[in-house]
Amino acid sequence: MTNKDQRPRVLIVDDYPDAREMYSEYLQYSGFDVVEAQNGQEALQRAVDEQPDIILMDLSLPVMDGWEATRRLKADKRTASIPVVALTGHALAGISDGAKKAGCDAFVTKPCLPEDLVKEIRKVLDDLASASTKKTRRSAKYGKNTIN
Amino acid sequence: MRLLEGFISRTDVSDTAQHALQWIGETLGISKSICLVRPMGDPALFAAGQYGFTNPAASSFTVSLEEWGNPLVNALNNRKEVFFPDAHSAADRKRRPATPFDDAAFHVVPLGVSGVGDEAFGLLLLDGRAPVTSELHWFISVFVQKLDQILRQQALTEGGRKQGRERSLLYSIINAVSDPILLTDTEGRLLIANQRALTLFTASEEESEGRRGAVRMNNMLLSSALSSKAIEETGARRRELLLVNPADGSDLVFELLSTVTEDPRQGSGVVSILRNVTDLRRASEEIEENYRKMRVAEAQARAESDRLNLIIDSVADPIVVTDASGATSLMNEPAERLFTIPSGASEIEQRWVQTNDAHFSSFIAGMLVSADQRRNGEIGLVDAKAGEPMPVEAIAGKILSEHGELNAVVTILHDRREAIEKAELYEQLQHAADELERKIQAATADIAQQNELLRRQAIELEQASALKSQFLANMSHEFRTPLNAMLGYTSMLLQGVAGPLEAPVKRQLARVESNGRHLLTIINEILDISRIEAGRMPLQASKFKIHDLMSEVRAELDPIILRSKLTVTMQLERDLPQLVTDRQKVKQILVNLLSNAVKFTHHGGVTLSARRNARDRTIALAVTDTGIGISAADQDRIFEDFRQLDNTPTRAYGGTGLGLSICRRLAQMLDGRISVQSQVGKGSTFTLTLPIKGRK
Repeated sequence: MTNKDQRPRVLIVDDYPDAREMYSEYLQYSGFDVVEAQNGQEALQRAVDEQPDIILMDLSLPVMDGWEATRRLKADKRTASIPVVALTGHALAGISDGAKKAGCDAFVTKPCLPEDLVKEIRKVLDDLASASTKKTRRSAKYGKNTIN
Repeated sequence: MRLLEGFISRTDVSDTAQHALQWIGETLGISKSICLVRPMGDPALFAAGQYGFTNPAASSFTVSLEEWGNPLVNALNNRKEVFFPDAHSAADRKRRPATPFDDAAFHVVPLGVSGVGDEAFGLLLLDGRAPVTSELHWFISVFVQKLDQILRQQALTEGGRKQGRERSLLYSIINAVSDPILLTDTEGRLLIANQRALTLFTASEEESEGRRGAVRMNNMLLSSALSSKAIEETGARRRELLLVNPADGSDLVFELLSTVTEDPRQGSGVVSILRNVTDLRRASEEIEENYRKMRVAEAQARAESDRLNLIIDSVADPIVVTDASGATSLMNEPAERLFTIPSGASEIEQRWVQTNDAHFSSFIAGMLVSADQRRNGEIGLVDAKAGEPMPVEAIAGKILSEHGELNAVVTILHDRREAIEKAELYEQLQHAADELERKIQAATADIAQQNELLRRQAIELEQASALKSQFLANMSHEFRTPLNAMLGYTSMLLQGVAGPLEAPVKRQLARVESNGRHLLTIINEILDISRIEAGRMPLQASKFKIHDLMSEVRAELDPIILRSKLTVTMQLERDLPQLVTDRQKVKQILVNLLSNAVKFTHHGGVTLSARRNARDRTIALAVTDTGIGISAADQDRIFEDFRQLDNTPTRAYGGTGLGLSICRRLAQMLDGRISVQSQVGKGSTFTLTLPIKGRK
């Protein structure tokens, strides 16, 4: 945890303001430090600048889409260690495979209730913490959180 | 001169007669006399002596016994003394025979021994002037005796000599015969045998033992064959007699011909002639064997010929065999129908046959003059029965002898009518086939065109379908994005993120949330259908426990179950095998079925059960409720898309009506099926049947 105030920092990348702001508000309410980005290009800059503990990445994005952005994050050693949770409204088969190939550590389908998203973030961070305790780098377990 | 003394030394008749006549002339004064004697077997009397005649004709005086009217012959035959007195006239002379006495009187005295035979052997003619005295009678008796004696002796010695000659001749004859000839007495003793017989039946002491044994054997065989009993029993005068050749011991076969001869003086005997038939029998056996062989060969030839005839007759095509001169020597029954006039044939039929004959003859004539060994040709005959033209194919072959001479010509006629008819039919068929082919080609071209059209349509349809799926996927995404915000903010409000809420507000927000969730379900189901239809629903098989899955399904629906106040029980068979299939899809189906059951049941409970069908290696997972039930008529329709039984706008139950349709499609993807058993008002049982081990 590199955060100075000990609050985990979350980078939310989503071009849809209502969703981005909703998750941002709820994450702050739930005790997270939140940074926002509206597209992939911006997300790369923010990730380097802010060094978040975790990135929530919507996949359909303007300028640079989530897959490309994730690939670049994972290719940049400055950001390669930050877990990426893919967040998408696309429910067709193949989407999650593509996300995983791009380097996403978890995959969440929209609609996703804010409290469910928080649960998923905590789970990924916990997994990461226990993995680093054991000195082994392990991908966060794939999970899927949907309403109903 | 003493008479008797002169007789003693005399053995000749003439000498004796001369002496006797001289004695009576001198002693008894009989001046003229003639003695006539009949030699034995001669039909005439000859002058044996004369006395007192000067005429030499007296010495050669003869009387033929065939002169029936001659008084001398009568005197001889009747043995009667006759006196002829002197003749004085022509009439007197007529009454007396002509003799050397001329007209002078004479006595005729027959000479013969009384008692022996009837005939006298001679006459004594005496001068009629001399008296007949007792002395003369004495003389006659003595003379007769002497003459008889001489004649008898003469006859005896004559016969004996003749007999001796004949016997030796006979012997040389029978010896010349190469066949053995034997005369045996009735006891079978050998009386006479020729040379050949002697070698068979006699052997001297010097001969070898083998030869003597053979001879003994032959004698035994002969006497048994000749015993009168054997002759009588067999009744055959010809018999076969097997003898041994004493020279080499080989068998000899004789034919025995025996004849019984009756001889009053010698007694009866048997004359046997043996004919050597050894070679004859061998030859006869050979002949018999040859004859038998010939018979067999003949029978074989006849059988062969019969078979040949049968074969020829069994051939349906007419066959005609013609000799070298062109004359028909053999034909089978089909040929006869063409070339012979049947009895009772009409004039026209006769003409047809004659026409056939003429055509065939000209064909054969051509064949005979040509050098060809074989010849094929066509002849226009007439079917004599039907009267219709009958073109035939004639195939003729020459049969030559070993020396290359023409023996016969065999011609087979093959009716071409059928072939011609077939050819015509074939042509028609060919025509029809060509027509058909043209049509097929046209149709094929048409079909190809249609196919191309269909293919394009299919591509277009596929593209349309892909576009639809893409559109649905996009729509789904577009729906989700605002719905995400709506549900998220509602959830945050209800959690009091923006501060505590009044109870009515909370209640109304809960309605918003519930409707939002329903909308999400609808969107998810539409998405599922489009994914299945687009073939973009991949399967991921894994191995799992049925119990775990069932518990998970129930847990998923726990909130609804709790609200419904229904009891949900699980009845799982013991030792259920683990399933190998797409767990997620099975769970989706069961969740759907259980939520339906809970939704349509107001009282009672729902049972989740699983049992194994070992026979077809399947597992039946069933959801049984005590709900409203489904009528039989509706049981098939519930699996159709967008089908809910109550289709009215104000229906009592929520849902898209896509649930069961999706379930059925998913079950099919997993090689399983879904069935329903239900009764209105009693409840329903939905059963998902899956293979224990589905395909990967």
